[in-house]
Amino acid sequence: MSSLIQGPSFSSEPDARGHFGPFGGRFVPETLVPALDELSRRYEEARTDPEFIAEFDRHLQEYVGRPTPLTFAENLTNELGGAKIYLKREDLCHTGAHKINNTIGQILLARKMGKPRIIAETGAGQHGVATATVCAKFGFQCCVYMGAEDVKRQRLNVFRMQLLGAEVRPVESGTKTLKDATNEALRDWVTNVADTHYIIGSVVGPHPYPAMVRDFQSVIGRETRAQMIERTGRLPDVVLACVGGGSNAMGMFHPFVSDESVRLIGVEAAGDGIGTARHAATLSLGRPGVLHGSLTYLLQDAHGQIAEAHSVSAGLDYPGVGPEHASLKDRGRAEYAAVDDQEALDALQWVSRREGILPALETAHAFAELRKLAPTMSPDQTIVVCFSGRGDKDVEAVAERLGGMHV
Amino acid sequence: MSRLQACFEALKFRNESALVVFVTAGDPFPGETWKVLKTIADAGADVIELGIPFSDPLADGPVIQASSMRALEAGVTPPSVIDDVRIAREAGVTVPIVLMGSWNPVMQFGMTEFANAAATAGADATILTDLSPDEADEWKAASNVAGLDTIFLLAPTSTQVRMDKVKPFAGGFIYCVSRTGITGMHDNATIGVSELVTTIRTNIPDVPVCVGFGISHPDHVRAVSAVADGAVVGSRIVQQLHETRDLNVLAETVATLKAATKR
Repeated sequence: MSSLIQGPSFSSEPDARGHFGPFGGRFVPETLVPALDELSRRYEEARTDPEFIAEFDRHLQEYVGRPTPLTFAENLTNELGGAKIYLKREDLCHTGAHKINNTIGQILLARKMGKPRIIAETGAGQHGVATATVCAKFGFQCCVYMGAEDVKRQRLNVFRMQLLGAEVRPVESGTKTLKDATNEALRDWVTNVADTHYIIGSVVGPHPYPAMVRDFQSVIGRETRAQMIERTGRLPDVVLACVGGGSNAMGMFHPFVSDESVRLIGVEAAGDGIGTARHAATLSLGRPGVLHGSLTYLLQDAHGQIAEAHSVSAGLDYPGVGPEHASLKDRGRAEYAAVDDQEALDALQWVSRREGILPALETAHAFAELRKLAPTMSPDQTIVVCFSGRGDKDVEAVAERLGGMHV
Repeated sequence: MSRLQACFEALKFRNESALVVFVTAGDPFPGETWKVLKTIADAGADVIELGIPFSDPLADGPVIQASSMRALEAGVTPPSVIDDVRIAREAGVTVPIVLMGSWNPVMQFGMTEFANAAATAGADATILTDLSPDEADEWKAASNVAGLDTIFLLAPTSTQVRMDKVKPFAGGFIYCVSRTGITGMHDNATIGVSELVTTIRTNIPDVPVCVGFGISHPDHVRAVSAVADGAVVGSRIVQQLHETRDLNVLAETVATLKAATKR
């Protein structure tokens, strides 16, 4: 069972103004501040309201399919010959990724606020699909902003959103990816704030989004923690998750933050490689700045212009990262690695063939790191990988990269 | 007395409102921004807002976004914008110059360094559209030391709480956003503005109020001038300058808009 009420074992961040140490906060046009104040107030009420929590839990159970299983990856474990590997199966959530945990929570809040119109940004399209899904179920008008570049490489998800009744608006400005879709969604929100709620899909953006999205996603970590204790009698040694904006990682990490024995490792996209200019390794190579309403690590030039991120994975192709990850990194509580496109593509095929589960390209980044890490550990240790999403959406893009189908 | 204060007092005496003209630094003449500023000032504008381009602005519409992208491609940087101000002052531009942009380029420059460099070059104030007073304690302090006014925005969505929050931070003028939304030309730009300006004046009586976002036509300027201390025209000027690249056309447009500020 899930609950949004946090016990004393949870981190007390952020402060009342949304700061995680020096990171986070609220850097937005004044027009939006009252809407963010209202959202903060409504969320604070909701997270301690037994009725709201019960309804959230009920939809997670009946509609999303929670709790998701914890799968022992026997073949990966045997092949790597080190730590025992477990998979937290968010790919088995309705719509195929963890994103829907958050959209369920936010659509219930939108209903409380009486806002009939929903907007969202999407990169890989998973958050767009999860948003379109809850809008269909709960009867909201839905408009999803998606970079024109991502519309091309994630065509399947564009059509899924349309089938679900959402309008998909391709964004032609800037780099035509997730960053620009987020800009357009924020500009839409500034304009239509009176009747519109913006469902941000990751632990990014102005306060209260990073904390709120984390709380809705922390059902992942809470279930994992309980399942690992039940299955192995103790906590895992390592928790591993991919990081773009960082919502699946934050949801997984959060309930483990005060378990000092558990290593938390986030895996970023190194694109062509961290030695090149084409990557999305924000925490590994960026420096603090302000984008999309919060202060966090960013890829940027010397004058503060945001740099273009590059990754084979549309969901990780983002030059910012959630401010709580920035704080966890600086405090040394979490570690962040980066793997390149080729390693991720190799890992995607490897997991598919060994375990019969096709991971999303985003998720494949976590597996690429797993291949390096697991052999250095002993068989009495355990690793949990957050299997954040399934890879059906990526089949076309992967086929293109691998030179087509073999028939 | 600051240049902005003196400007608004003189206008009050003449029974005019301020014509505030926005242009993006370096667009369309990189390295010759001073000529654009001189033209605008000589044609009668009372205040100039000089845009520091940012790659990812949240409050700008398509016209100023495109202008910013052109400027960035032409190599405009925060140091070059500060240089533009210095050169314009040397060329005899005496009207108040307000630097307008997003927070990240200022943060990366170093906020104290930026405030000092801007003030030394001859800038009078800043408007940072994604920096609300909630995050502006240090910036306000740095600006005070440097002698820069900090201009903050209020919008149709602003509650009493927000007016109270902005009040102690406000300097130069209050930028009153005419409607919820982003910058850009708009036919109904002045509907409801009178009530909003009145509310702001009641709450923050000692600071002039200028209205911007959507103001593009002399009729808008006239309507705004009847109720506020100034009108800001941006997108129309930027678009026309981009299309014509003609400083004479710019001068004519500014003069026509200025004529509409006389009450």
